[in-house]
Amino acid sequence: MKKRLDVLICGGGACLSSHSQDVKNKFIEVLKAKGLTDEINLVETGCMGPCEMGPVMVVYPDGSFYVQLTENDVEPIVEEHFLKGRPYQKKLWAAPEARKIVEEKRQVPFFEKQQKVVLALCGKIDPESVDEYIANRGYEALGKVVTEMTPEAVIEEMLKSGQRGRGGAGFPTGLKWKFGKASEGKQKYIVCNADEGDPGAFMDRAVLEGDPHSVIEGMAIAAYSIGADKGFVYCRAEYPLAIKRLEAALKQARAMGLLGKNIFESGFSFDIEVRMGAGAFVCGEETALMASIEGKRGQPRPKPPFPAQKGLWGHPTVINNVETLAAIRHIILNGADWYASIGTEKSKGTKVFALSGKVVNTGLVEVPMGITLRELLYDIGGGIPNGKKFKAVQTGGPSGGCIPAAHMDTPLDYESLTKLGAIMGSGGVIVLDEDTCMVNVAKFFLEFSVEESCGQCAPCRIGLKQMHDLLEKICEGKGKMEDLDLLESLAHTIKATSLCGLGQTAPNPVLSTMKYFRDEYEAHIKEQRCPAGVCKDLISYVVDESKCIGCTACARTCPVSAISGAPKQKHRIDPSICTRCGSCIVKCPVKAIYIGPGAVKREVESKKLHLEKTL
Amino acid sequence: MKLEDLKKIREKAEKDIVLRDGKSRIKVTVGMGTSGIAAGARETLKAFLEEIEKRGLHDVLVTQAGEKGLSSHEPVVTVSEEGKGQVVYGNVTRDVAVKIVAEHLVNGSPVSANIIEVNK
Repeated sequence: MKKRLDVLICGGGACLSSHSQDVKNKFIEVLKAKGLTDEINLVETGCMGPCEMGPVMVVYPDGSFYVQLTENDVEPIVEEHFLKGRPYQKKLWAAPEARKIVEEKRQVPFFEKQQKVVLALCGKIDPESVDEYIANRGYEALGKVVTEMTPEAVIEEMLKSGQRGRGGAGFPTGLKWKFGKASEGKQKYIVCNADEGDPGAFMDRAVLEGDPHSVIEGMAIAAYSIGADKGFVYCRAEYPLAIKRLEAALKQARAMGLLGKNIFESGFSFDIEVRMGAGAFVCGEETALMASIEGKRGQPRPKPPFPAQKGLWGHPTVINNVETLAAIRHIILNGADWYASIGTEKSKGTKVFALSGKVVNTGLVEVPMGITLRELLYDIGGGIPNGKKFKAVQTGGPSGGCIPAAHMDTPLDYESLTKLGAIMGSGGVIVLDEDTCMVNVAKFFLEFSVEESCGQCAPCRIGLKQMHDLLEKICEGKGKMEDLDLLESLAHTIKATSLCGLGQTAPNPVLSTMKYFRDEYEAHIKEQRCPAGVCKDLISYVVDESKCIGCTACARTCPVSAISGAPKQKHRIDPSICTRCGSCIVKCPVKAIYIGPGAVKREVESKKLHLEKTL
Repeated sequence: MKLEDLKKIREKAEKDIVLRDGKSRIKVTVGMGTSGIAAGARETLKAFLEEIEKRGLHDVLVTQAGEKGLSSHEPVVTVSEEGKGQVVYGNVTRDVAVKIVAEHLVNGSPVSANIIEVNK
């Protein structure tokens, strides 16, 4: 029977964790019970983007976009929408900006300003069906390349497109391939770097989960251009779904002869193997990644020689990132000029960003390069939740920096971000609001880098630890103004002398927060005050006695018995015992507890006093 | 696999995902309100889907809508064609549905006996 509805339910990582699988199974059950299985096509897709609203689902041909589905919504949706043709209003996406229910996916502001190239098929096709990929011109670019174009012509096209590597450094893809092609060697390799490790970045996972064939096709085209016959995808073991779907896609591609010997009868042979990483951040660095693939300990080595000269097992190797590879078929199909027409003069094409943190619509978005931060956060991201004030965004994760509110209208491209001391990185955008302490943010990212340092070179292993200790001191209110100079000088030394990218970029979060939020550092040091009210040693919880009703809820929840006061009497928090856990603030029914500024040092004396009192 | 084989797979697979692009020549909307369903609209809908599949009409979209208010003429079916306006049919039983597919969708001549309204 002809299918009359396509029901696409998101099977991306975020929706799966909000139980989209249960919703899907319920749909299967209800559709079967009502005898609709033959006329309604239920498809599980990759990530659709608005992860905050998961589980999400879109129904075609009308394009109704459902959000936050539970099993209980399944019956009414089938009954009302699938049978009677009336979209179930209760779970349609009501865009907070528009204050109205949006019936069609394309009208949702979240989607309106996006331009999907790499993510075009994520959330639109079944990632485990090669047919659906082929229906969207899949493997046509590979066919064209191997039967009609010389490797030189492909590289020329890539150079013309101006595409730059999406892994972070922004090196032109065409140039990398040119070096790979020029390198002498019988055996060459192409590697896909899917070791996505930045906190808050998940675009590569989404592509592998939602459209794995596009990465395979990109790798095959790259391999043809440089003369490789073997490829590796290096993916972290923490991405089991991505690996599962990629393996399934590889199997299908092999079965159809799209991988293997003599592809499209052109004489070109190529196959891909998946290698799993154990989750070390440093293995995203290309030389460490190669060591890991070779079965060695994942440690970087000095460059040069660059991988394109001497890579895997000493053979020329080209390493590209997932997002870079997924865009390649579009460049071949639509032409370099088309790609180059998107974006800015030096940053071409589209970029996928992973929005997270204090923003209404967290999730994955794809926009043309050069869009402003304001458009990204407010038009697509929906602004800051709970009426809070925007403070900054952190881009590029632990290697990047922050962009404060004053630079909201900066175009997002490689050059502008570098100029501000932030970097494009892989595209993770963490939004911070007024309740975020920038010193604490810097400390968080440094802690990450300290943990992930491989320990091979001293600047990174010892230097970062020293920087971290200084920041800890400042957060405890024990910092001195000289510490800021010391931090800065350490940062520059580490940047200049570290062996690999991890160490060379790890001080960036400290440098950029010191550049834009020096006042916060100074408040911590000079006044022992944390302006955002985050650093535990520099805040106190205070009961507003004019509001306290003496219900004892706070005293009962306090894990360290720091709150005293009889029923119906005003309560008090003893700052010398209080651990600043914040549980009282949550429990108070009349919002009488607030975070007070100013440091209250915990003194041993007062602890003793309390002990005596309780004994 | 040859390049032509890929083309063949694509042509076949494209038809299976045509709904997601919203591209179609003719749209058939079956009124599926309470009274429509009571009058057998489910059967009508099924008949359309089966018949369209049988004839391989891949540019026809079948969708459902609420009722128009013409309870006495249910099941009500609207056929809209790009640039040619709408034809609203009443009392569309299984047999009429098959007839509409053959005469209207394939040959382009509406089934006059069941027309209730024509919107240009």
